[in-house]
Amino acid sequence: MSVKEIFETMDYGPAPEAADVANAWLERHGRRLGHFIGGRFVKPSTGETFATHHPGDGKELAQVAQGDERDVAKAVKAARAALPAWRDLGGPGRARYLYALARHVQKHARLLAVLESLDNGKPIRETRDLDVPLVARHFYHHAGWAQLLDREFPDHEGVGVCAQIIPWNFPLLMLAWKVAPALAAGNTVVLKPAEFTPLTALLFAELANEVGLPAGVFNVVTGDGRTGAALVDADGIDKVAFTGSTEVGRIIRRATAGRGIKLSLELGGKSPFIVFEDADLDSAVEGVVDAIWFNQGQVCCAGSRLLVQESVAKRIEAKLIARMETLREGPSLDKGIDIGAIIAPVQLSKIERLVDQGRAEGARCYQPSWSAPKDGWYYPPTLFTEVSPAAVIAQEEIFGPVIVSLTFRTPAEAVELANDTRYGLAASVWTENVNLALDVAPKLKAGVVWVNCTNQFDAAAGFGGYRESGFGREGGREGMFEYLKPKYEARLARYASADLVPPASASDLEAGLGGGLEAAAAFAPIDRTPKLYIGGKQKRPDGNYSYPVVSAAGARVGDAPLGNRKDIRDAVEAAVKSTAWTQATAHARAQVLYYVAENLAVRAPEFEERLRSLVGGTRKSAGREVEKSVERLFSAAAYADKYDGRVHPTPMRNVTLAMNEPYDVLAIVCPDEAPLLAFVSLVAPALAMGNRVVVVPSARWPLLATDLYQVFDTSDVPGGAVNIVTGVRDELARVLAQHDAVEAMWYVGSAEGSAMVERESAGNLKATWVNSGKARDWYDDAQAAGPELLRRAVRVKNIWVPYGE
Amino acid sequence: MTISRDVEPRLERAVGHDSPLPRNEGTALELDWVESVRVNLSAVERRAATLTTRRSVKKDWQAAWLLKAVTLIDLTTLAGDDTPGRVRRLCAKAMHPVRQDLLDALGVGDLRITTGAVCVYHDMVPAAVAALGNSGVPVAAVSTGFPAGLSPLETRIEEIRRSVAAGAAEIDIVISRRHALTHDWEALYEELRLFRQACGPAHMKAILATGELGTLRNVYRASLVAMMAGSDFIKTSTGKEPVNATLPVSLVMARAIREYSERTGVAVGFKPAGGLRTAKDALAWLILIKEELGRRWLEPDLFRIGASSLLADIERQLEHHVTGRYSATYRHPLG
Repeated sequence: MSVKEIFETMDYGPAPEAADVANAWLERHGRRLGHFIGGRFVKPSTGETFATHHPGDGKELAQVAQGDERDVAKAVKAARAALPAWRDLGGPGRARYLYALARHVQKHARLLAVLESLDNGKPIRETRDLDVPLVARHFYHHAGWAQLLDREFPDHEGVGVCAQIIPWNFPLLMLAWKVAPALAAGNTVVLKPAEFTPLTALLFAELANEVGLPAGVFNVVTGDGRTGAALVDADGIDKVAFTGSTEVGRIIRRATAGRGIKLSLELGGKSPFIVFEDADLDSAVEGVVDAIWFNQGQVCCAGSRLLVQESVAKRIEAKLIARMETLREGPSLDKGIDIGAIIAPVQLSKIERLVDQGRAEGARCYQPSWSAPKDGWYYPPTLFTEVSPAAVIAQEEIFGPVIVSLTFRTPAEAVELANDTRYGLAASVWTENVNLALDVAPKLKAGVVWVNCTNQFDAAAGFGGYRESGFGREGGREGMFEYLKPKYEARLARYASADLVPPASASDLEAGLGGGLEAAAAFAPIDRTPKLYIGGKQKRPDGNYSYPVVSAAGARVGDAPLGNRKDIRDAVEAAVKSTAWTQATAHARAQVLYYVAENLAVRAPEFEERLRSLVGGTRKSAGREVEKSVERLFSAAAYADKYDGRVHPTPMRNVTLAMNEPYDVLAIVCPDEAPLLAFVSLVAPALAMGNRVVVVPSARWPLLATDLYQVFDTSDVPGGAVNIVTGVRDELARVLAQHDAVEAMWYVGSAEGSAMVERESAGNLKATWVNSGKARDWYDDAQAAGPELLRRAVRVKNIWVPYGE
Repeated sequence: MTISRDVEPRLERAVGHDSPLPRNEGTALELDWVESVRVNLSAVERRAATLTTRRSVKKDWQAAWLLKAVTLIDLTTLAGDDTPGRVRRLCAKAMHPVRQDLLDALGVGDLRITTGAVCVYHDMVPAAVAALGNSGVPVAAVSTGFPAGLSPLETRIEEIRRSVAAGAAEIDIVISRRHALTHDWEALYEELRLFRQACGPAHMKAILATGELGTLRNVYRASLVAMMAGSDFIKTSTGKEPVNATLPVSLVMARAIREYSERTGVAVGFKPAGGLRTAKDALAWLILIKEELGRRWLEPDLFRIGASSLLADIERQLEHHVTGRYSATYRHPLG
């Protein structure tokens, strides 16, 4: 086209970014790359390789190694060997390496950006302006955490060898999110990049060598899902961090259950993008572009469900249809495109299938009048309107440039629709009314809420999901905890087998096994009937069976109700409904907990007597347990309005609120020992943070808990905030672990029970905290009254609020 | 490798970009519409910042775009020491803004490239009209107590009449900022109605002085009122405010123009002024307009750039395109 013709058409024309340096890098490796283990590139043990392609034209870029369990074992061994020296180097020593990595990423920014764009097919604008700068930012930020580790995370240490598995949508950025905090905390890493996009991780490995990172601290094993599975199954790993699909997340949850492995999962999403009628609509439309037509919509937190207030729905729809026309789709290295190619044919056909299904379901489908290029794996931007919430395209994650839109009438309805999903990764809220924005944001079940913006990321702010979008956070202080553990954990011993009363089955107990009732009669002249405590009411167990409670000395002290799965169902139901406790102010919750303490103290002699009759011991030891329990209640009450959130200093004009939010329902399974103190130590902080709890108390000595509900009753604890189901611990724990409305679960008991809880939690991917069969000292404040319990009792929601007028 | 083809979705389909457009006769003052405006500063800034990182014009495309920019320039002199001689020089430059040998080398020697207009104070109108003759380059006069707009209403209206009588085809009026700042939209509307009447056949460009309006919401609202009152163009700045044309302000005004066009079917022009000094700036604004308003707006009847030094930088870039060597200012004739 001549200048004269262009003067008429005013077209943009091609604006290609050169790929010569990236190609030279590939050539230097002969377009064959091995694993990076122990500071060297090594060949795969099988000799097997596979191709990685450029999605823009489907051409092969290089052959990379297919890792098997031998390669994984080698890498884990290298990481294990490097661990002591890396840990002993100390935070400030490690900070220098992280700083050097940040600087090296910046020095080689363009090469990284071009290689990423080639391997992934995403626009060079995005790798150049977003991915790579965020990668550098992540290493800078975490160099800081390394420097400050001892001061900011006292009594914590790294978890050990971290297995990290990352997806193909942000290959280098996800590497940074995983590797930076792991290294800062003193861990070593085996990273498995996605099979579609292994190249930048291998280039990064070279940079690590350039900065002199000690061999073995960072290892890369490439391969497909089998390699990932081998890494998860490998012996000698202490932590698994995974970003990817919910489906694979579940598999990993089950595979790591009971192995004492710390786990963080960042999974799928179907994030709502809510536009209220008083929003800046033109800006909201650009928000949609950034939400779903960013990275071809292959973004786990993509705003893929557009919820628009009815009064502006037609206008938004018209604006979006017009906006799609001016999007440009094409080769990733062109500097003038908005949308690149889909990662792989398999993904492209999944998008096509779901769009066909959407059409078949009767939704209206809009695509631009231009057609997507045919010489690569392209898919055009797509908008569905008139979508019902039940439609498959409204429920399933499409992971492509496809947005579905629904309408709502009121803010309450917007929240209801937004939360009508199994996922809970992110949400966007568009309104010019700060009252509305700050009312809606906390009500959304999502780990990140963006007000009048979307897809904002920063190293200082945590990112991660609610519900089946996974658990754990990446970024910020909250993210560092995923790579740290309290130092006392290493000192904990396993329960002695004598401490663990062999579990009886409910059917045995229903048969009425047990000793004489004389002792109980002596203690209580009038027969007492402990019941379950559900929804603020004393309830007979569904099965109407009781089981004998036998003291340490072998005397039958009384009977406890034998709860079953239906009682658990009812207890969870009551907890779900009891929103009053969560909505109460922190001050109000503190008042109630102080009141519980006060009333417990009044009845101290009775509880001491009960403890002695069950556990035995001296009057002094029983008195100590009651006294300590009162103290724990005071501590929890004190923390209620002090364990507060933060404002993260993200580098833009913006307030990023990191709010600590309770779970809707937190299940707590208590150990046998310290039947009062363990119960109170676990339940009080959970209540202080606003959780509604379902508690399985000491199965052996449940009568402290059943005595305690009378204290709750007289202390203004709203019904349903605490629910108590007594019975066979692991049987009840299993029902709780499997229950989809239970969002988090703490389990203190046997190693087998811990494994079971972790495994069974995979259904809804609840956040679990188990003791792996290790005994905790309930009298040690560090173990049983520390901020760790509060941290476990909340999940951090980051709310981004840009400002300016 | 192919790219999805560029589409001109809006006015373009109905009207080719060389067909003349009907003038904006304005509408009644629709206060509900004005009041309903919402503008989110951070979101606007984000869009403005990425407009130019999402698009790039290179090589021949860049040369063509820069030539287009030349034809959109209101070549301006608004200094207290302007003289007829200075204005004549400027007019000569406006008629031949780019060296003929460069135009020939670019293959556009026969396109009769001129700037969009010459923009002067009232007293310089006769000199400009005489110098431009029948070249087709219109004379624009700044008016209505430019730049502050605080002289008596009668004299401001009279100023318009006299400039039109003296041969100005375009009148760049300034709005009373106080009306926008106090949200007295009726007063602003009435004042602009009177100005528009006084303009008669001359096209009216309403300068909003956005740097003095405080918020982008005010900018959007003032843009709407100015269009409702019949402005042919809305213009950012006098060039005398502390902050003149910026991309965020231009984005907001372009969106107002788009909305007005969607609701009324009438296309209103846009003129950023002040602060556009480099070829890169010119490309940024052209991209903004093409993205937000479409191809049709990239013509002098709908888009002007008020600038005095911009042309010199574009000339150097064009020469660099032709020769492959970086150029020097003194190789291009002064205006």
